[in-house]
Amino acid sequence: MIAELGAFALMLALALSAAQAALSAAGRLRHSPALQGAGEGAALGAFIAVLLAFLALMDAFVRSDFSVANVAQNSTTTEALFYKVTGVWGSHEGSVLLWCLVLTGFGGLIVLFGDNLPRGLKALTVMTQGVLAVLFIGYTVFASSPFARLADPPAEGNPLNPILQDPTFAIHPPFLYCGYVGFSVVFSLGVAALIEGKVDAAWARWVRPWALTAWSFLTVGITLGSFWSYYTQGWGGWWFWDPVENASFMPWLAGAALLHSAIVTEKRGILVGWTVFLALIAFTLSMLGTFLVRSGVLTSVHAFAVDPTRGTILLIIVALCSGAAFSLFAWRAGKLTGGGLFAPISREGALVLNNLFLSTACATVLLGTLFPLIRQALTPNDPVSVGPPFYALTFMPLMAITLLLVPFGPMLAWKRGDLLAAAQRLWVAAALAVAGALIVLALARPAQVLSYVGLALGFWLIFGALAELVERTRLFRAPAAESLRRLGGLPRGAWGATLAHLGVGVFVLGACFESTWKLDNSQALTVGQSMTVGAYTLRLDSVTAQDGAGFSADRAAISAFRDGRPVCTLAPERRTYPLAAGQTISKKSICIRGASDLYVGLDDALPGTGDAQAWVVRAYWYPWARFIFIGPILMAFGGLISLSDRRLRFSLPQSAKARVGALKAKATP
Amino acid sequence: MSLPMALLPKSRKARRRLLVVAVAAPILALAVGLTLYAMRDAVIFFYGPSQAETEHVPPGRLVRIGGLVAPGTVIRSADGMVRFSITDNVHAVPALYRGQLPDLFREGQGVVAQGVFDDAGVFQAHEVLAKHDEKYMPKEVVDALKKSGQWRETAAPAQAPAKSAS
Repeated sequence: MIAELGAFALMLALALSAAQAALSAAGRLRHSPALQGAGEGAALGAFIAVLLAFLALMDAFVRSDFSVANVAQNSTTTEALFYKVTGVWGSHEGSVLLWCLVLTGFGGLIVLFGDNLPRGLKALTVMTQGVLAVLFIGYTVFASSPFARLADPPAEGNPLNPILQDPTFAIHPPFLYCGYVGFSVVFSLGVAALIEGKVDAAWARWVRPWALTAWSFLTVGITLGSFWSYYTQGWGGWWFWDPVENASFMPWLAGAALLHSAIVTEKRGILVGWTVFLALIAFTLSMLGTFLVRSGVLTSVHAFAVDPTRGTILLIIVALCSGAAFSLFAWRAGKLTGGGLFAPISREGALVLNNLFLSTACATVLLGTLFPLIRQALTPNDPVSVGPPFYALTFMPLMAITLLLVPFGPMLAWKRGDLLAAAQRLWVAAALAVAGALIVLALARPAQVLSYVGLALGFWLIFGALAELVERTRLFRAPAAESLRRLGGLPRGAWGATLAHLGVGVFVLGACFESTWKLDNSQALTVGQSMTVGAYTLRLDSVTAQDGAGFSADRAAISAFRDGRPVCTLAPERRTYPLAAGQTISKKSICIRGASDLYVGLDDALPGTGDAQAWVVRAYWYPWARFIFIGPILMAFGGLISLSDRRLRFSLPQSAKARVGALKAKATP
Repeated sequence: MSLPMALLPKSRKARRRLLVVAVAAPILALAVGLTLYAMRDAVIFFYGPSQAETEHVPPGRLVRIGGLVAPGTVIRSADGMVRFSITDNVHAVPALYRGQLPDLFREGQGVVAQGVFDDAGVFQAHEVLAKHDEKYMPKEVVDALKKSGQWRETAAPAQAPAKSAS
């Protein structure tokens, strides 16, 4: 019964989204606040309806109602409650429903927080969001319903793919979708601005918080996925240039470019067309990513719940949305004013350069990702794939140049910058970066020239970001008290940028160090035997049988020693899921050593010498791996801090005059 | 006015536009150049076992081999090395991998290995990719099996799992 209510709520959401689009359009055409308000009400209603559908599906999962096909295929009675709940988005249908929930959720947020938008622009934004919701909820209702019933319910379900039974699965997809779908707001704002034929500094100021929100969510989502892939060996490590990884990386790059170009549009009123174009591209790449991931057209190590049969419909939806948006862009972009002048050596010049590089880098990733498909269409009998070597030759050099230029940007003034002065302020940072790389050169072996270049780049970014703080606070030049006062007075946006750039540097350091100096060793051990990896000795103390929810496991106890002193104990597991056709999953155990990881996995049992049973133990030493994940978290945190900047508050873009007027009115009762 | 200056556009705006193009063009040219170069040298070709046999993949070239893990060939040794054969039921490629195999790596299942052939013709796998989804088989593997005439719709796992299949 509840499943039927869910299916009904979903259809209601479809109708409400259609009403949202129609009423908002009518409200804009007739300049009618009443119609527009009704459209906004429908948008909120659509969100509540999708939320009800989502809760109904969750309820079916929690109660193990196997008469619902989706539940029977993706959960069992013996699973932990946690994985019954997260199983909701473990299937194709469920994850599309989550997408719809986030999409209508952002629609609701525009209604609630968009009060400061000009009335017409808001109506058109809500309308566009409604059209998107109609397409995606329509797809869910008619092609991918999660509420389909089984005439003959089984007594026990088919378990959620054991690989997905991991704590990260609870947060990775929701964060990723908030990022992907968050870009729908900037897409809608872009479409609305094109229809209105007016983009100005204020528009850019409305776009920025939404772009920041989506980009920060996406950053966290990708990082979580990367971390998950890192601690699940056999997925190619934390980054493999896999199509599914690229699918999330492309909107991230476009979003990063958008964040920077929106600043230029806001501050200087230029690059207007380009900023709108990026707003459309970011969401187009999000949709393309969803299509690539959900349809399984490209062979990936992260292909879950793919369904090639329904991929075509998704592709049509993507083509419809972005086709319409870019046609509109081609037709209306000429009307947008603000392609004004700027000096090449200036903050805006640096940001334009940043955009050129980021979007070119994004294009190489797009080409690399789609190339196997294009080639397959031309020569179907000769499949190819594009992997790390391609990106090492294309993306990496472009990105290296980009990162080299990053510290210069904030040092240049708006309108007319002084490159020489910027270089003078940065020479200390450059010297420290080279010194940092030289220290590593003296300590780390074997020597790898490219890695030292990468490390120098990482240090350069970090010290460059710090140099900006030093400059802004006049540290070492002004009295300490004044520096402190200036530090406190820095706008949040500046803090955010500094932190994000610092995060990029931290990431580069970790990525270079880890990939160059990681170590591994694997060996069959009987209880009591030892092996070494790097400076550590590992002793297998015991292997015991342990049962969990839906699985049975062999759990090892391994003691790690360094220089004869115990440092920690590790407990890797090998789990067998009887209901999933006896599938085995290896759960790794990580011992955190500062910024580095000692990482152990338990592999198959082997017959040992005599009667003793031996287990293959795989041990890895990942130096500075922590930085790979802390870096992006710093970037996302920087995004959030920028978001909290008073100048970006959703309610602010009114003229200073109006604000002063309001204050005066308050002051005189 | 000197000759080079006379060649520049008259209006300030057009000159600035020219400058943007002058900056953007090298970046784009660099990207296109790198991409074309990488397309030629860094694209990874895919071979089925029969194809690898007939086409003589040069040793040392990074390629992907896809097929089924031949039943009864998986041997794990004490140093963590795993030997197995990738087969399309006509030819088999001996492969060697040192590292954690994906959890869905099993005899009789579809597998794609990325690596290089050594001089002895043994495939040294750097990465072994198996599907996360046990119902699904990599498209290239299906095609390779079809090519060697060994694809059976009923015997092998369906490429596209029907909704009611499980």
